[in-house]
Amino acid sequence: MKLRTLIWKELWQRPTTMLTSLLTVTLGVAALVAIQNITVSSERKIAGDMESLGANVLVLPDNVSLQDYYSADMHGQTMPEEYVTRLALARMPGVENLAPKLCVAATVDSIPVTLTGILPRSEFQAKSAWQGLNLIANPVGSDRGCCPTATSVGDGDSESPADLATTRSIQTLGKREVILGADIATQLGTEVGDELNLMGEDFEVLTVLPETGTVDDSRLFAHLHSVQDLSGSGPVINVIEIMACCEDAAGDLIGNLSAELPETRIVTIAQVVETQVAVNGLMSSLSWVFFSILLLVGGASIASVMFANVTERRKEIGTLMALGAGRRFVTQLFLGKATLLGVSGGLIGFLIGTVVAVVLGPQLLGIAVRPMPQLLVIGMITATVVSLLASYFPARKAAGLDPCLVFNDA
Amino acid sequence: MYQLKEVTKTYTRRGETVTALDHSNLAIADNDFVAIVGPSGSGKTTMLSVLGGMMAPTSGQVILDGQSVYDLSIEERTAVRGEKIGFVFQTFNLIPYLSACENVQVPLLLSGKTPDEQRKRALEMLDRVGLSDRVDHKPNELSQGQQQRVAMARTLANDPQIILADEPTGNLDSETRQQVMEYLTEFHQDGRTIVMVTHDSDSAAYAKRTIRLVDGVALDVKDARAA
Ligand SMILES: Nc1ncnc2c1ncn2[C@@H]1O[C@H](COP(=O)(O)OP(=O)(O)O)[C@@H](O)[C@H]1O
Ligand SMILES: [Mg+2]
Repeated sequence: MKLRTLIWKELWQRPTTMLTSLLTVTLGVAALVAIQNITVSSERKIAGDMESLGANVLVLPDNVSLQDYYSADMHGQTMPEEYVTRLALARMPGVENLAPKLCVAATVDSIPVTLTGILPRSEFQAKSAWQGLNLIANPVGSDRGCCPTATSVGDGDSESPADLATTRSIQTLGKREVILGADIATQLGTEVGDELNLMGEDFEVLTVLPETGTVDDSRLFAHLHSVQDLSGSGPVINVIEIMACCEDAAGDLIGNLSAELPETRIVTIAQVVETQVAVNGLMSSLSWVFFSILLLVGGASIASVMFANVTERRKEIGTLMALGAGRRFVTQLFLGKATLLGVSGGLIGFLIGTVVAVVLGPQLLGIAVRPMPQLLVIGMITATVVSLLASYFPARKAAGLDPCLVFNDA
Repeated sequence: MYQLKEVTKTYTRRGETVTALDHSNLAIADNDFVAIVGPSGSGKTTMLSVLGGMMAPTSGQVILDGQSVYDLSIEERTAVRGEKIGFVFQTFNLIPYLSACENVQVPLLLSGKTPDEQRKRALEMLDRVGLSDRVDHKPNELSQGQQQRVAMARTLANDPQIILADEPTGNLDSETRQQVMEYLTEFHQDGRTIVMVTHDSDSAAYAKRTIRLVDGVALDVKDARAA
């Protein structure tokens, strides 16, 4: 038997009291870890977005408030699809590409999925041709004053459907074809060429997108008109993503867009990103505030439980002293227990916080969260220090007990 | 040789001073078996605590093997207690969350034995008090008599030369009381010095010598050696 056996067995004799006081410390660490994980991942994602995404203006129904770029089409509000045509025909300088979207809830094999209707560029070409406008080379916007970008350089034919992940648009998409995000494809166990039953119709899987770390990974994409028909929504959309080209040319774009579509809300991605960066900063500082408060409360609760523990174990401590335990041994008995509580509080808190962030991050905020092991170190050290500080006076009190109290009959 | 020299112990509580021991003198020979009797409040427990190095007297000295116990540092005194003195308590004072074997291991842990040595010695001691079949039981799974026997095995663990017992039979029925007294007699026959506080005359009858405490003063009432 060792000192730690004694600590361990005492702890498990009545675990509820200790676990209760441990809870606050655990929650403090968990809150810190969860929020830090989410803010850091979200910052990383924003940085990635800025580089990889061309869509930098969103056209939304007027009454939508936008919180997150990726859930821009998840608000349930719609506007007529006709707006897309209006924008296409306006041929505004700076507009590279238009990507209207409609999101509906659907199920595949009773698994709930988000089905996003998108419009391939071939539609615009058809529409332009039908309307007598010959815009094959650049079907949507104007080529005046635009810098070459990934979307405009390609001639369309050499593009692969997987480019949807980065360019947010696609050249052709059949009415009964579907494109899968990386995660949902894994979840459904589907491969290219398989048939999927969506809203009573069979769709063929055209491609599976590479992983992007965004909500797109858990989405299904089909032709906008198929989605409209099958969901019975009529010719409506939730959002139009606009790829604007370089900033000089896009200078007047917002004003032009507002003038063209006064009944919509125009948001630039820069605004979204700025708001998100601000929110992240706030969350990050808040997480430290939570952490400190919960650690203070946790420390206080550990101290009070430890004092009660010392009082309750007076006779045991006296007995140990009668049997030859010195002050050092008794101090170690309580500080050892405090260390164990701190380390496990930190560890459990880290695990809970990480799981919460990894599970809720993608679901609520649409960001993929990568666990941060360095928070384990911070969490465990801080929780242990707090627990030790809180137990210092109780341990001193225990070591200072008068061994004679073993003879007091009780 | 174990000696109390002019030991006085006073307690002060809420301004009132109680004299529990009043210039007491007592010399206990090696391998003696002493019963300390006296009415409640006469200072028996106080005397045992002072003897056991648990409580410094207000004045006077306690001499064990020529050494003044209270002139040692707290650490040294604790070590002496662990090595030379074993206690038997009225309420057994077993540690509730440890098994019988682990309870007996505690003094061995405190004296720095390895886990293997601890377990081996503890099993020997439990065997000696006839509890080989109860080594993994927790105190609350044992009868009172068995608990007291575990406590006695624990007392013996470090092979102390002196055993101090405070009313070791106070909580027991007459049958187990007798059994406990037989064990103490056995320990005495091993060559140990036994000092036992009791207010039960049947238990006191096992001792070679009886000391009566009256108002904090020790008086010899029976000395088997003299008879
Ligand atoms: N910790 C204490 N504080 C104050 N008075 C005490 C304390 N312990 C004992 N006493 C007093 O000292 C006297 C002797 O007590 P004690 O040694 O316990 O006697 P006994 O064991 O013979 O009953 C009693 O009057 C008791 O009230
Ligand atoms: Mg007493």
